[in-house]
Amino acid sequence: MGIRFVLLVNKQGQTRLAQYYEYLTLEERRALEGEIVRKCLTRTEQQCSFVEHRNYKVVYRRYASLFFLVGVDNEENELAVLEFIHLFVETMDRHFGNVAHFMLEEMVMNGCVVETSKSNILAPIQLMDKAA
Amino acid sequence: MGSQGGWGQSKEFLDLVKSIGEARSKAEEDRIVLQEIETLKRRINEPDVPRRKMKEYIIRLVYVEMLGHDASFGYIHAVKMTHDDSLLLKRTGYLAVTLFLNEDHDLIILIVNTIQKDLRSDNYLVVCAALAAVCKLINEETIPAVLPQVVELLGHPKETVRKKAIMALHRFHQRAPTTMSHLISNFRKRLCDNDPGVMGATLCPLFDLITEDANSYKDLVMSFVSILKQVAERRLSKAYDYHQMPAPFIQIKLLKILGLLGSGDKQASGAMYNVLEDIFKKSEPSSNIGNAVLYECICCVSSICQNDKLLKTAAEVTSKFLKSESHNLKYMGIDALGRLLKRNPEIAEEHQLAVIDCLEDPDDTLKRKTFELLHKMTKSSNVEVIVDRMIDYMISISDNHYKTDIASRCVELAEQYAPSNHWFIQIMNKVFEHAGDLVDVRVAHNFMRLIANGEDDEGAGSQLRSSAVVSYLHILAEPKLPSVFLQVICWVLGEYGITDGKFSASYITGKLCDVAEARSNDDTVRAYAIAAIMKICAFEIAAGRKVELLPECQSLIDELSASHSTDLQQIAYELQALLGLDARAVETIMPYDASCEDIEVDRSLSFLNSFVNQSLQNGARPYIPESERPGTLNISNYGAHDQLEAPSHALRFEAYELPKPSPPPIPPALLAAAPVADLVAVPESAYFSTEPHQPSEPLGGAAMSPAEHGLRLRLEGVQKKWGRPSYSSSSSSSSSSAPSVSAPSAQKPANGVANANGAAAAAGAQARDSSYDSRRNPLVEVSAEKQRLAASLFGGSSARREPPPAAPPAAGRRAVKPVATVVAPAAPPAPPAGDLLDFGEPSPPPAAAAAVDPFQQLEGLLGPASAASSQNSTVGAVAADLLSLHADPPASLAEISLPGKNPLAEISLVGPAAPSSPVVKKGPNPQDSLEKDALQRQLGVVPSGQNPNLFRDLLG
Repeated sequence: MGIRFVLLVNKQGQTRLAQYYEYLTLEERRALEGEIVRKCLTRTEQQCSFVEHRNYKVVYRRYASLFFLVGVDNEENELAVLEFIHLFVETMDRHFGNVAHFMLEEMVMNGCVVETSKSNILAPIQLMDKAA
Repeated sequence: MGSQGGWGQSKEFLDLVKSIGEARSKAEEDRIVLQEIETLKRRINEPDVPRRKMKEYIIRLVYVEMLGHDASFGYIHAVKMTHDDSLLLKRTGYLAVTLFLNEDHDLIILIVNTIQKDLRSDNYLVVCAALAAVCKLINEETIPAVLPQVVELLGHPKETVRKKAIMALHRFHQRAPTTMSHLISNFRKRLCDNDPGVMGATLCPLFDLITEDANSYKDLVMSFVSILKQVAERRLSKAYDYHQMPAPFIQIKLLKILGLLGSGDKQASGAMYNVLEDIFKKSEPSSNIGNAVLYECICCVSSICQNDKLLKTAAEVTSKFLKSESHNLKYMGIDALGRLLKRNPEIAEEHQLAVIDCLEDPDDTLKRKTFELLHKMTKSSNVEVIVDRMIDYMISISDNHYKTDIASRCVELAEQYAPSNHWFIQIMNKVFEHAGDLVDVRVAHNFMRLIANGEDDEGAGSQLRSSAVVSYLHILAEPKLPSVFLQVICWVLGEYGITDGKFSASYITGKLCDVAEARSNDDTVRAYAIAAIMKICAFEIAAGRKVELLPECQSLIDELSASHSTDLQQIAYELQALLGLDARAVETIMPYDASCEDIEVDRSLSFLNSFVNQSLQNGARPYIPESERPGTLNISNYGAHDQLEAPSHALRFEAYELPKPSPPPIPPALLAAAPVADLVAVPESAYFSTEPHQPSEPLGGAAMSPAEHGLRLRLEGVQKKWGRPSYSSSSSSSSSSAPSVSAPSAQKPANGVANANGAAAAAGAQARDSSYDSRRNPLVEVSAEKQRLAASLFGGSSARREPPPAAPPAAGRRAVKPVATVVAPAAPPAPPAGDLLDFGEPSPPPAAAAAVDPFQQLEGLLGPASAASSQNSTVGAVAADLLSLHADPPASLAEISLPGKNPLAEISLVGPAAPSSPVVKKGPNPQDSLEKDALQRQLGVVPSGQNPNLFRDLLG
């Protein structure tokens, strides 16, 4: 399994979105998120967008005050994950509604990237929007 | 943030989000969240909450849990919401449930029914929501409840449903492969789906399946290749484009799959070459995603069967990565380099400086990646430089996860490539000192064994041991030593503390008492300490000296006699008993420095035969084997089990079955007659239970290892606490006892060579040391340091590593030995060039000093090294002489090497990698090479880095 979790965390370290693809308890999640954010916050722009943490490799990208963090295992192509984050952001940008979780559900399943066409990702969400 | 914003949240919720965002401290945030929890608890349980309102509450629960607080009081409402008819509410319910529950949660069973119903829904969006929930909530037990429906959905007219059904099956495969092994063919079918989304999703399960068993999918190679080709030719919908690249994520997945399928398969690989070439051409190196695809191409090329053209392209791309300003690309470049090295070792040469830049970069991620690369390219020629670097790094970091990783890398490399025992011990001391509590305890046991008999030459061995004692006595002054290191120290002091007569027994015992006292809550260290004291006492008694226990020692024994740990108690009692024995008995029980002696166990106890016969004659009942006795525990297998793996079984019977040593009743005569089986067994077993991890295989296997693996120090399975190895020596399988008999003869010659080797290395290091010092003048600029590091990592030290066929180098090495031990013979031509070539190597001073005496090096950590023995300085002087010869390259080279005229003479004089005439150029950039050359001349470095063959040998 490639992707283990997707996190959105703000500069203050508050989690804004968390989606795990393996089960961690609340305490484990809290500790993990805290440690990773601390680690990423200390890094400079020039340094790699990848950080090893425990047995994860964390690929992160910062947009204004929001950090997007994706935890992957060793086999993953880090650069591609970095771009996956951007794809996620671009897709969110296209749909103003901020339904990040539902989008992620279209894009990642079982820790695998399954859909990368923005229109395909958004179609069900837009339909749901209309129905609501 | 599930779905706020345009989704009609109340002002209350938006205010909550805002106030949390503005919270100034974690405490304030927690207070707000706790308040919110109270509100929710109250509201959510009110009767007749409107459904819309309930949806908001549930999102607020998600929010609360995301901030790290428990929201389990509301889970049931989320479960209920999955029943809702409104798609949005249903989906919100499913989402919340998947975020709250893991698949083994009790509430899941309440959802299975809803999922089943939803899978049958006419609304495909409902079906999709249910399938997404299936992926997260269905566990092994509930798979059968939904499996038929999911399979049916594979044929659904809506592509998005098919896609999700594939992923649900993928999930089942991950969870419980057996439940759906008969359905695997569905993945193959769906690979040909008209919809690229479904096809792309199918790659995920196929990737997993191919990872498990590539051979069953070789027939798909052509399909994957043609899909990749079509993708690269932009045949997919434009919707999949990302930054002008056609479906890059699908390309990457396909490349990963091809890499698996082409590995070791010429035919399959052959089918891929064209498309790989295409993709190399078409990927845009100016964008991140283009580089991501290029990187994946490199991975693929290095995994499949070799194709020189592709490798060349891959190397070019890698080189671009490494030269890039972006750290991300450098990182990818280092990784790619590590992969390509396997195929083409020469590629590293070109990038030496880039690699060293990455190694010295403050960015920890980059540094660690580079260590990974170095780890891959470690050889006996560069192991010293690399491990030294790793140790420095290990000392500098605080993260235990990293530290453990790097420490185990150091140990692994040191065990595998150690050029000499001295060096190995020096490295291990550092590892123990700085990461002792993080390394496996077996590492320590191997290490003790090495100190005991790592040196075949008695003289060198005892020198090693007494320097160990001296330095460990110093180190004991350090405040916080890891437990494992203290165990090693205690053991060494016990075995060899008083051997060379420098230290009195009472001095050593005093130190050991201090250790035991300082570590009053560490039973293992205390056991080592008291056992060491016992050994010291035993040696004293055996030597005919009277033992007078220090008062603190006596009080320690008293304390331990009443210890809660029965093991400590037992040793304390044994020690007291031992003090009452006479010299001969003691010597038999605990012979000096016999930790690695083999031990003969008379398992049949034949020496008792006369006693048994006598008893029988006197009317005693004959012995009935345990297995034949009625009503006893069936431990008949135990013996056999014990023979195979004495140290590891859980229940230990032996400590209770064996009699306590009760010195008075045993007649000395019997003692002498029965040296092993009886008396020794008791202390051994006592030790045994103290040290459950102590391996107890006899020495045979271990003693072999130096002979078998050259310098490899895998010394597993040694019981060596005191005196003789454990009672179980015969217990280990016959396979190891046989070698143990033949070992000495087989081993001697091999170790003799190894030993000479060690001496050579020591001498070399000395020489290097002096050269290094003399080179350390202010004129040398920084990049020179790097150059030298590069030389030592990639080429400089290669000289020593590639001995030309047999005899000459050996002769060369032998010739060094006198240099090291006796004061140098006058003539400059004598020293072998293997060491001369190393002049350029920036082996840090510690390494060099320590090669002489690793323990003094350790002392250097505590205070200024006092070392510089006279011997050392003489050698240094000789080396300096040599150096001055080299300082003027043209002349001295001509003098020494006479290139090409008489190769044999050259070898014996100058060693294997005789300075190739500096004309040979290598590498794409002539100016670089020239500069390097000039620099190396200036440094007196033999330009071995420019000898292509050398690199091939080094890295090949």
